This record gives sequence, C-alpha cells and structure tokens, in this order.
Amino acid sequence: MLHRYPKRVAFIMLVLTALVAAFPLWGEAVFGNQANFMLEKLTLMLILALFAMSLDLLVGIVGLVSLGHALFFGLGAYTLALASPDFSPASMWWMLPLVMGVSACVALIVGVLVIRTKGIFFIMTTLAFGQMLYYFISTSQFAGGTDGVFIMFRPSLALGERTLVDLDNPYSFFYFCLGMLLLGYFFLRWLTRSYFGQVLDGIHDNEHRMQALGYATSGYKLVAFVIAGVMAAVAGMLAAMQYGFANPAQLGWHTSGEVLMMLILGGMGTIFGPILGAFAYEILLYLYEHATTHWPILMGLTIIAAVLVLPRGIAGLIIAPPWRRKRQTASEAVSEKENASIATSAQPVTQRKEN
Amino acid sequence: MDLAFFSVQLLNGLQYGLLLFLIASGLTLIFGIMGIINLAHGAMYMIGAYLVYDLTLRLGNFWLAILVAIPIAIALGLIIERLFLDTLYKRDHLYQVLLTFGLILVLNEAQRIIWGGDVHRVAVPAPFDASIQLTDNLQYSVYRLFVMGVCLALAGVIYWVMRHTRLGIIIRAGAVNRDMVEGLGINVRTLFTLIFSVGVALTAFAGMIAAPLTSIAPGMGDSILITCFVVVVIGGIGSIKGAFWGAIIIGMATTFGAVLIPSLASMVIYLIMAAVLLVKPRGLFA
Repeated sequence: MLHRYPKRVAFIMLVLTALVAAFPLWGEAVFGNQANFMLEKLTLMLILALFAMSLDLLVGIVGLVSLGHALFFGLGAYTLALASPDFSPASMWWMLPLVMGVSACVALIVGVLVIRTKGIFFIMTTLAFGQMLYYFISTSQFAGGTDGVFIMFRPSLALGERTLVDLDNPYSFFYFCLGMLLLGYFFLRWLTRSYFGQVLDGIHDNEHRMQALGYATSGYKLVAFVIAGVMAAVAGMLAAMQYGFANPAQLGWHTSGEVLMMLILGGMGTIFGPILGAFAYEILLYLYEHATTHWPILMGLTIIAAVLVLPRGIAGLIIAPPWRRKRQTASEAVSEKENASIATSAQPVTQRKEN
Repeated sequence: MDLAFFSVQLLNGLQYGLLLFLIASGLTLIFGIMGIINLAHGAMYMIGAYLVYDLTLRLGNFWLAILVAIPIAIALGLIIERLFLDTLYKRDHLYQVLLTFGLILVLNEAQRIIWGGDVHRVAVPAPFDASIQLTDNLQYSVYRLFVMGVCLALAGVIYWVMRHTRLGIIIRAGAVNRDMVEGLGINVRTLFTLIFSVGVALTAFAGMIAAPLTSIAPGMGDSILITCFVVVVIGGIGSIKGAFWGAIIIGMATTFGAVLIPSLASMVIYLIMAAVLLVKPRGLFA
C-alpha cells in the first residue's frame, strides 16, 4: 500500500480544489441569493474533510478503528468556547496552540489506555471514552450542560495591530479553512511517506512482524493516535467558529459514526479519499434532508449499501475504475498480486521506499 | 445511609445489573462465536420495549404481549442476519461497525415512523403490581423482584446450555476455533443464525420486561448499548461469566454512584472501565 496513484487522481483532485477555491467567482451565478448559504456549507465540508482525514491516519493507515474520534472534535470546540474571553476576540496565536496542547494531552492519556487493546476492544474502548467525555460535558455546569456554549467572538488572526486574515468575513474564513485542509493534507502525505509512516504501514500489515523486527509498535501507534487527535481538535475548533457554539452533540458517538461513514464513502487509507467522502456525505445529507423528514432511514440505507457494494469508496473508483478492471488480463492480475505480496513481505523499511 | 436504604439500593443495583447481563450476554455471544460487532444490539432492546408497549395496548394484556413479541423479535434477528450479516463474516470489523451503524439509523427512524417521538409507559402488570413493606417508610416493588428472578433463571439456563449440552460444547468450541468446528462436520452457518437470533431475542426480551420499569423513549437503545460495551470490556469479550460479573459491577456502580457521588455518576462506569483496562487490558475473565 505505497502511495503511488495514477495521474488522474492528482488531476481530479487539482480540478476539484480549483473549483472549490473559485467558488466566490461562480457561486452567485449558480446559486443566486443562496450563494452565502452555500459558502457556509462548503466551509463546513472543508472542516469535516480535515476531521475525516485525521481519522484516516488511524483507520486507514495504522488500522486502528476508532469509534470515539468525535471526542477530539468536540474537545477542540469546547476548548475554544471555554477559553474565549466573553467580551473580546481571542488571538489565534495562542488559541490554536492551546487547542492543540489540550487535545494532545487528552489524546496521550486516552491513547495510553486504548492502545493496550486490539481490534474489537479498541472499537469499544474508544467509543466508551468518547461517551465518557460526552456525559461529563452534558451534565456539567461550567460547560453549559446539554445547551452547550455560545462563542461570542471568533478568534482574530492579527500581527500587532494589523489583521492578517479577517476570520469574521465568511469569504476569508472559507479560504482560511481551505488553507488548513491543504496544510493537513500535505502534512499527512509527508507523514505517510516518511520513515515513521512506513512503520505505521508495516504495523497495519503485520504488527507481530514489526515487533519481531524490533519496533516498539505501541509507541508508534500512540504517536499516531495523538497526531490524529490534535488534527481532529483543530477541525473541531474551526467547526465551533463556523457554528458559533460548542454543543455536546459534537462529542457524541453519532458524530464518530458519521465521520467513519465519510471515511468509508471516500475510501480509507488514501488521505485524499476522506476529503471526497466528507463532501459526498454532506451533499447526500443535504439532499436527503430536503427530500424527507425521515432522512436517517435514507442515510442508514446508504451506509449499508456503501459497505456492501463500495467498500473501497470513491477513491477506489478513481484509482481502479471497474471498467478498467475488466479489461485487465489474467497475467497482469497475477503479476500485480506478486507485486503486492512482495510489498507486504518483511523487507526492511528502507528498501521498500524504492518500490 | 441506614441499612434499609442501603439494601434497597443493593437490590436496585442487582436488578439493573441482571438486566444488563441479559443484553450483554447476547452481545458477547454474538461477538465471541460469530466475530461480529453488532452496534444495532441496543436498537433491539428499544424495539423489544416498543413492541410490548404497542401489543399491550392492542391485546390488553402484558403477558400475552410478551408471548407475541418474542417470535417477532426472533424473526427480525433472522432477517437481519440473513440479509446483511451474511456477507460480513470474513470482512474487517470496520465494515461491521459501519453496517450495523447504518442499521441503527434505519431502526431508530423506523421506530419514529411507527410509534412517534413521544415518551411512553407500560403499567406494571398484575399479579406483580404490589410492593413489599421493608420498613415503615420504605417499600420495594414486587415486579423488580420478579425481573430479578427471571434474569437469574435465564442466566442459569444459559450457564446450563453452555456447560452441559452438546450445543454448548459446539458453541464453546466455535469460539475457540471456528474452522475446526466446521471441519468436524458442524454446520456453522446454521449455528450462526441460531446464535444471532438467540442473542437478539435475549436483548429484545430484556427490553420487554424492563418496559414497566423505565420510560420508553426514542434513543433508549443507544445509551444501553454503550453501557453494555463497558460491561463486555470489563468482563472480557466472548465470556458469559465475564458478562455476568461485569454487569453486576456496573449495575452496582451505577446505582451507588447516583446516590453517593451524584456529580460524577455518569462517569463512574467509564472510570471503572479505565481502571480495568490499566490492570487487565483483555478484561477480568478473558
């Protein structure tokens, strides 16, 4: 699973990024007076894409299925909401490090406990820890209980007296989120191709073998867990800025399930897939919500269908389209299988880079 | 806290724990034997409660309603297993999580369509709608004692089946090595269907007998599911014995937590789970 994809992947992603980035140019022409509403939706999709991408590091790259990732998303939102001063905007220069620091500490504590478990236990314990914070927040006085906390002022990004990016302006905030998403994407791409990422990949394929090779796999998994948690918290902070409040629902396990759904819809383990998944999920949600009040039934059936029919997601369709797979001759299939078995065999990590 | 109050809490904790055991035993059986993580388990508990509410209104009798509801729950389990889970046995847990999460959305919304979003109650049925006088000002509901008795009896039956019948041997062997059991000529396919239906029926039954004790509301399955996950994690996955003691621990912790430390009550069970994970990451009885 080394990340070399056909050229069309880069092409499609570039075109889509350009399309999204140029939304202020074409939005008004297509959506008319709904353009501002659509811009908000689009901003939310960018934020959720960052959230889904952070989960991909755990689920797709390391193979740790977390059903409690919303814990960090909500943690980021609540850190922002509770640390913001009431009557003036906070500065992004300390808010962002604060959110990252708090989430890193929590991820470290939770991570030490959950990394001790494997497989199904990991799913259950991450879910339980997520719910622990959910119940703690929704019964607490200081965090507003089930009502949540309103954020009066978005943090400002200024250098001295000069505002660098006016985050109150929907357009600048949109580009700020796009920038954060791209930053997250290139960071994860770099990370998965680095030595550290290769070890994570090895753990995914065969953890016992990696241990036999002398890697302290728990440490690697813990670091990956913390990185994923911090990225999810940043996404949560952005989401709270967008909504204007932090709410217990952002912590709940339904949010964890939804982000997992975005991941599978987009295609896990690909980093770019979850971005497509987040967009696809939100677009489907929008369509379903407008079609019927009983939209969860449609969403549930979509999830079931995706699992049964499209386990590799949209990214799987782009990387290996079905009409191409059919034309593949038998000998090609065999040689590809051989390549795959070589790639997963126990070669030292440094050699695998050449594949 | 005087002795009478203490013993009432003890009974409540025991009753809640035994009810949790019924649900968690289904969850742990389905995982232990079939290797399936079933998030829709809690939704089955909710459906059991709603079925009894609906049928009690229609038939006018709680006991008759339970008799009719049990086959419906088993049929639902059969349909779900045959339609959806059949394809998932060989696939990663991730897909099981997602598919059963999808099932939760469908079942929860189906409940809203059929029964609406209101909170309902079922009257405590005769002849158990009385209470016992413990002290001058403390009473205890006979129905709660009855529920305890039923749960204990079912726990006994499960124990007997697992320990002393041929089916129990097959199930225990299947949990250790599925392929070997199949190689010995056992039809694992049928066994899976049976286990899943029984697991679902146990959960739905727990929902049915709990109906007169709780308020029947949308989403009631979600919270019980997560509590049962904690039970299973504490006890050890696949272990019936673990599910039993895990359920008793959680039942007691929840009841006494609510009385002694109300501010932390909702977190107590997770703190216990964290402590167990620190000491025994695979559960107390695994």
